[in-house]
Amino acid sequence: MTRSSAPTRPGADPQRADRAQTSRADVAIIGGGLVGLTTAVGLAQQGLSVCVVDRQPLPATLDPAFDGRATAVAHASKLLFEALDLWPAMDAHAQPILEIRVSDGPSLMHLHFDHDDLGDGPLGFLVENRYLRQAMADKVAGLDAVEVVAPEAVETIERSEAGARVALASGRVIEAALVLACDGRGSATRSRAGIDIMRWSYDQMGIVATIHHELPHAGIAHERFLPDGPFAILPLRGNRSSLVWTVPTAKEPAIMGLGPRGFEAEVRRRVGDFLGQVTVEERRWSYPLSLHLADRITDTRLALVGDAAHGIHPIAGQGFNLGLRDVAALIEVIVDARRLGLDIGSAEVLGRYARWRRADTVVLAAVTDGLNRLFSNDVTPVRLARDIGLAAVDRIGPLKTFFMRQARGSIGNRPRLLDGQAL
Amino acid sequence: MGSTVERREVEAFGRIAGQWWDPDGPMAPLHKLNPARLTFIRDRVGDHCACPRGTTAPFEGLRILDVGCGGGIVTEPMARLGARVTGLDASSEVIGAARAHAQAMGLKIDYRNMTAEALAEAGEQFDVVLALEILEHVADVDAFVAALRALTRPGGAVVVSTLNRTAKAFALGIVAAEYVLGWVDRGTHDWRKFIRPDDLAAALTDAGFCHPEWRGLSYDPLGDRWRLSNDLSVNYMGIAAG
Ligand SMILES: Cc1cc2nc3c(=O)[nH]c(=O)nc-3n(C[C@H](O)[C@H](O)[C@H](O)COP(=O)(O)OP(=O)(O)OC[C@H]3O[C@@H](n4cnc5c(N)ncnc54)[C@H](O)[C@@H]3O)c2cc1C
Repeated sequence: MTRSSAPTRPGADPQRADRAQTSRADVAIIGGGLVGLTTAVGLAQQGLSVCVVDRQPLPATLDPAFDGRATAVAHASKLLFEALDLWPAMDAHAQPILEIRVSDGPSLMHLHFDHDDLGDGPLGFLVENRYLRQAMADKVAGLDAVEVVAPEAVETIERSEAGARVALASGRVIEAALVLACDGRGSATRSRAGIDIMRWSYDQMGIVATIHHELPHAGIAHERFLPDGPFAILPLRGNRSSLVWTVPTAKEPAIMGLGPRGFEAEVRRRVGDFLGQVTVEERRWSYPLSLHLADRITDTRLALVGDAAHGIHPIAGQGFNLGLRDVAALIEVIVDARRLGLDIGSAEVLGRYARWRRADTVVLAAVTDGLNRLFSNDVTPVRLARDIGLAAVDRIGPLKTFFMRQARGSIGNRPRLLDGQAL
Repeated sequence: MGSTVERREVEAFGRIAGQWWDPDGPMAPLHKLNPARLTFIRDRVGDHCACPRGTTAPFEGLRILDVGCGGGIVTEPMARLGARVTGLDASSEVIGAARAHAQAMGLKIDYRNMTAEALAEAGEQFDVVLALEILEHVADVDAFVAALRALTRPGGAVVVSTLNRTAKAFALGIVAAEYVLGWVDRGTHDWRKFIRPDDLAAALTDAGFCHPEWRGLSYDPLGDRWRLSNDLSVNYMGIAAG
């Protein structure tokens, strides 16, 4: 099928409305990334019809070159994936995190999180994003209630008490009771709705690469606070690890521009020799890092989900996990409403979602922001304070448990899906 | 044609017809009450009629009548749950608003501007008859309940909800809702028409319904929501077999 991709204005052609192909779905999801697809799966499994619109073709996002990141999947997120029957396809690629070692640059102070401290299973799992995406795409393909419309551009979104209408560049129109903005940090759906964000740029970029090493990593994740910013070595299946190297934005072009050997040498210097001989995979990616929070996460027949609603520093590996908590709450709110016959896009239903998510989001954003500010600073008194601080946290059981539970995503009044329960 | 409908009250509701669906409007308390009421209906009607559980359209195949449907706050959910629904209201303005809203929602609902008594005379019958928050507005409860019985097919069920005639219901239902919080228009309720569960049970059994069972509806101020409870002293609802 060929489609005109030329931008056209709705209403410019009076006959267009007649020709437009109009379809109905319970929910229209703008953005078929990790958050959008998880939401689609959860809703469709509960009998709701879903239409997912993305500007990129789904197969392109499954290419190994598309997203080189690995995600630390928290325990609660894993339970959600289990409840949605997505985990079996991810499990084979998931590396359990048994221990997290936080160290502060050259100092010898350590903060040490061990799963034995919590006593119930690993701290989380590292899964390469492409495997997460593949599992979701495969699941979606088997669900009749989900239609993926991609590549496709959104032209207008009309929302009123009566319903929502998403007009696409191809002339197609989707009518839905609810629109979900899952289109990531730069969400156009959010700006269309006139929802402002508070944003702080860290002036940092996250460079991502994969290394192979001679010695096993023993399931230990390392977070090192180097003078330029945090440097994470995250264990993958096999003798491989994923790196997230935070650098000041000004230095990023030079590092990304290094030849393979030069890059490998820089990486080796930072990793050290505890993993034996290290080789670096050819491809590398870099992502701008910022903290942003939407002023509000709902509007008439609209909800923001995942990075469209909030973005946080990857220092604690929590961005997607936070997004999944949105997903779990939203699915529960929508399904509860639908099973009572309520209008799933009504203000009461969305109000429940907004109230449920607000506090959690703000707390986590503040905590990760504080961590990054604390550690991306080389002023001596600060260094001294945080050395003592790190050592202190290590000794203060309750505080450490808080951080660990937060990392595992098991805090607060949780949606049922995050306990792995069926709805 | 006999009617138990109070004209004065019908007009009062007619005046706010356009605001039925405004969650911050005069019907806000009903919107708040709705999840608890719908939970009761879904579960108890579902049990009575052996409907499937955990699906999005458990009421498929049922014919439901909503007497005093107002703007359709309960009528529309019944349609979404799969039932074929008829909504009755004595105010033509209200029925007009209900029709417009259902159309905008893409729901097929048979709204009629008539009284329960008139429909009963016409001989129509339904699997389930709902009479929610209406008993406290009718002039002759016994005649009204008799009409509900005539509208319920043998083996079907009637669901009612209303305000208890207790000092607490008076304080919360009228003084608080109408005067202090300004939730609903003054004069919406007439204290003398509030009904005790025992009296309503007697009226229902006299009319030929069996085994009325009651649940209370209680307001949880912390969660700002209503829950089903065992406290019948303010709002309560029940189901009786036809
Ligand atoms: C270096 C790095 C490491 C990270 N590590 C972790 C970690 O370990 N653990 C963790 O939990 N989180 C981590 N995160 C955060 C995590 O990656 C994000 O939170 C997550 O990807 C957000 O998913 P999303 O679906 O909301 O947005 P995205 O993944 O950005 O998806 C948005 C989708 O919307 C589509 N789209 C965008 N605009 C439009 C439009 N106008 N029309 C149609 N479609 C559109 C895009 O094509 C895309 O498919 C990390 C982030 C970075 C940068």
